[in-house]
Amino acid sequence: MINTQMQRSREFLSLLSIASGVSGYETSIATLVKERFTTIADEVRCDTFGNVYALKKGNNKSYKKIMLAAHIDEIGLIVKKIDPRGFLSFTSIGGVDQRTLLSQEVLVHGREAVPGIIGSLPPHMLQDGDSEQAVKMEDMVIDVGLSPAKLNEVIQVGDIITLKREMLPLLNNVIAGKSLDDRAGVVVMMVCLDELSRLQHAHDVIAVATTQEEVGVRGALTSAYTLNPDLAVAIDVTHATTPDTKGQVTIELGKGPAIALGPNIHPAIYRHFSEVAQEHRLPIQIEPIPGSSGTDAWAIQVSQAGVPTGLISIPLRYMHTSVETLDMQDVLDSGKLLAHFIASLPNDLEEFLCY
Amino acid sequence: MLLKSLSELNGTSGDEGLVRNFVRQQIESFTETITIDKMGNLIASKNGNSPGPKVMITAHMDEVALMIIDITSDGFLKFQPVGGIDARILVSKPVQINESLIGVIGAKAIHLQKRSERQKAMSFDQLYIDIGAKSKEDALSKVKLGDYAYFITKCELFGEGLYKGKAFDDRVGCAILVELLKNDYDFPVVAAFTVQEEVGLRGAKVAAYHVAPDFAIVIEGTIAMDVSDREEEGWVTELGKGPACSLMDRATLYSPELIQWVTDIARQKGIPLQFRRGSSGGNDAGTIHVSKAGIPTIVLSVPCRYIHSFASVISEKDYLACLNLVDELLKDLPRKLGVNLIDKEEIV
Amino acid sequence: MSLDFAMLGQLTQIFGPSGSEEPVGEFIANQLRPYCDELTTDTLGNLIVCRHGTGKKIMVAAHMDEIGLMITHLDKEGFLRFTTLGGVRIPNLVGQRVKFSNGRVGTIGVEKLEKPSDFKLDKLYLDIGVSSREEAELFVNIGDTAVFCGDFVESGSRIISKALDDRIGCFVAMEALKRTKSTHELVFVFTVQEEIGTRGARTAAYALEPDLAIAVDVTMTGDTPKAHPMSVKLGGGVGIKVLDHSMVTSPQIKRWMAAVATELNIPFQWEVLEYGGTDSGAIHISRGGVPSGVLSIPTRYVHSPAEMLDKRDVEAAVELLVALLERPEF
Repeated sequence: MINTQMQRSREFLSLLSIASGVSGYETSIATLVKERFTTIADEVRCDTFGNVYALKKGNNKSYKKIMLAAHIDEIGLIVKKIDPRGFLSFTSIGGVDQRTLLSQEVLVHGREAVPGIIGSLPPHMLQDGDSEQAVKMEDMVIDVGLSPAKLNEVIQVGDIITLKREMLPLLNNVIAGKSLDDRAGVVVMMVCLDELSRLQHAHDVIAVATTQEEVGVRGALTSAYTLNPDLAVAIDVTHATTPDTKGQVTIELGKGPAIALGPNIHPAIYRHFSEVAQEHRLPIQIEPIPGSSGTDAWAIQVSQAGVPTGLISIPLRYMHTSVETLDMQDVLDSGKLLAHFIASLPNDLEEFLCY
Repeated sequence: MLLKSLSELNGTSGDEGLVRNFVRQQIESFTETITIDKMGNLIASKNGNSPGPKVMITAHMDEVALMIIDITSDGFLKFQPVGGIDARILVSKPVQINESLIGVIGAKAIHLQKRSERQKAMSFDQLYIDIGAKSKEDALSKVKLGDYAYFITKCELFGEGLYKGKAFDDRVGCAILVELLKNDYDFPVVAAFTVQEEVGLRGAKVAAYHVAPDFAIVIEGTIAMDVSDREEEGWVTELGKGPACSLMDRATLYSPELIQWVTDIARQKGIPLQFRRGSSGGNDAGTIHVSKAGIPTIVLSVPCRYIHSFASVISEKDYLACLNLVDELLKDLPRKLGVNLIDKEEIV
Repeated sequence: MSLDFAMLGQLTQIFGPSGSEEPVGEFIANQLRPYCDELTTDTLGNLIVCRHGTGKKIMVAAHMDEIGLMITHLDKEGFLRFTTLGGVRIPNLVGQRVKFSNGRVGTIGVEKLEKPSDFKLDKLYLDIGVSSREEAELFVNIGDTAVFCGDFVESGSRIISKALDDRIGCFVAMEALKRTKSTHELVFVFTVQEEIGTRGARTAAYALEPDLAIAVDVTMTGDTPKAHPMSVKLGGGVGIKVLDHSMVTSPQIKRWMAAVATELNIPFQWEVLEYGGTDSGAIHISRGGVPSGVLSIPTRYVHSPAEMLDKRDVEAAVELLVALLERPEF
């Protein structure tokens, strides 16, 4: 059972990871999510903003609405200019570190997906000091190897560019790839709904695959308004420790999901997560966040008349690179924890959330 | 496909075994003798007993890569480059270690950086490879100090008539040399697949000494900078304009007379040819042409964009034209060298 | 297409910094009264011009406000200190003339600087030609706002003026409303406070709940010497926004706009803007989300007193907006 779940999660994440879905252009991811969630939810639908909603009904007649949110968009690039010789200038959508781009293979999503390379200078040609400065994104170009005539048939200014990257197995249950932020969150929702089908839960659960998080949590804003839930939990990734983040980061890979607390989080939700984790012997790490969580949770909390909101995060290294690295066990544990959290919520949510 | 197989094989200076074995298999059936010398160069010869000039054709087997030099207490791998690599291309890329293990070169997330950090490049000593190890012990069970990490790139068709892949410098040369060995010439031909070019033209030095040829041809993958808004005078070579004949680089000044010969043959046979218009870099010719009493040497190169990176690009036309041109040069070589000998006798 | 560019001339010269857009609204209302069924002004000051119809409710937004200054201090000698209203570029201020709503004009000066990097807002002052605080108070009070002086000039096919951002958007919307035969419910909103955070558009979109929104605003260009790379150029046609800091246009909307332009042979160019945003940024995330797009007028020297655009792009914008309003299918 355990291994099947690991396998199923890993395969789904790989499917989501290699597909393309830059903020605003999430359709192909939404399709994958719909296909999968149709098999485990009672009802699946989309809105004009591209958000996907999967409803799993609770068994309480006077139900309340629990919203889960994980975003499906990824950061990416966009063609901003085409020079006369057919090289493409680009800018970013979302927070892209320009230092991760040199010598990277990409796909330019024109009339068809065209492979390209972000070129680098041969080391032989560098002047002293060159290699100390990062190459600016505005000085990089993409080579697609097409003549200007052919190029103009297939590529235009405004076309979206994604990085080309397979999902890679590292040691243990660790995997690396692009867009695990936050497609891994979608997998957590899948695991959660899977688990919930074996558990009793009073309230309706609506798992929302949100769009446009990376450009300003916009899908969460509109979907939270549309749903107006009684309680919401966002699922996202958080920075895990690496040799160059000592002192900045405390969450570790493979030590369980990070449960947030702070102004963005309703205290009862945090408390309940801790209790449920203890009861079911699931590992968690505590992540105090003094202000904005920078996740969907930040937008959802202040939607309409306010939504009690929680946040559960998967530890992840090298966020916003094409080699984001996480431990699949953390993903599974997050899904299970979330399911038990929901199943153990009392019928009377109002009292539960009372300050 | 030969070039694809060669490009995707891993083999850096000092670790050319996989490439050597592959090349050996490829050429076994149509060469007379195959030996591996003390450096690891693969030396194959054809027609060894015929009279006439002995020609050595070389291409180097090694590519640039990374060497694991330390493992941190939490199981991350520290590395240094083997050959010339710009550290700026490494961030956010996967690498292959020991054929079975994959690692990634990550970096601190953009969210955790100061604004000024984003303008500064990261150097080798700041970078590390993550293999997902739980601890130093866990990492040590899979990796030893001195192991190599290689770029992971599929060799594929790209754009219009181009190929994309890693290690084209100098697996294009290896591929052309394998193809040439299928032909028959009526004089002794020695193919030297050399080692350790990227760390100082070292395999070729030894090979030239013990092969002691009358003439040498080096086949390379070389710099093409015909990109974007770069001015034409800085291109060095350009894709699609045929093989590049070297005039001068940091290791060699090439003979004008031989350059003229190459130009004449290319013109006669209608093969496109360009000159390598820049003096940076060097190649095996550097140690070959000063071997013993000196060996007349020419270099023909396939232009290659983004050399020494994860994904370089060549033109199929250039590759085929280079193969064709070397073949035509070889056919003409006895005449060329014969004329010279007669000239000398006349002088005497 | 003959557009009333003389009217644009008047429109650009009206005083209307963020928060004081009434005179602009009044002018637009007078112009559009014959072409609409209803004219209202909402709480924040947005001018809402309705032409009833059936079918989709389409919101067209263009902002009335322009960037400017707000007075923060009057000193003994009658010199004024100020803060900026909207995206004003500090280094460009010295020597500029600014004008108050009462017509009083002043010059911006700078203190003696030790080094160029000292060039900060607090080193600048405004001189309105008085010699004491008391005299200054006859014309100006703390909290008063001023706008830059910049005549409206036609130079060949080009127009140079202050406040083309975004009176040109207002102009395009007005000219489109005059011409369109759309049978849909049209709501033209001339918004306030765009320059300080698209605030007017936000409340208007919430109140109106449109099915579709189109904003008209200026965009930058990359066609000047050694400009930041950008493909938009003057005279290249109306810009269809792909992206800016406030919005990623949905692919369906941008394709719909481009398809209509292509069908009618209206020149257009894709706009990828790396900085800034516009009213659609606020509108498209109103409530549960509003499908939104932007038509952009390529403009050089945006946020200067001498913004420059090309009439042909304006004509293309009007033509495309008219067509889009008549067939809101996407």
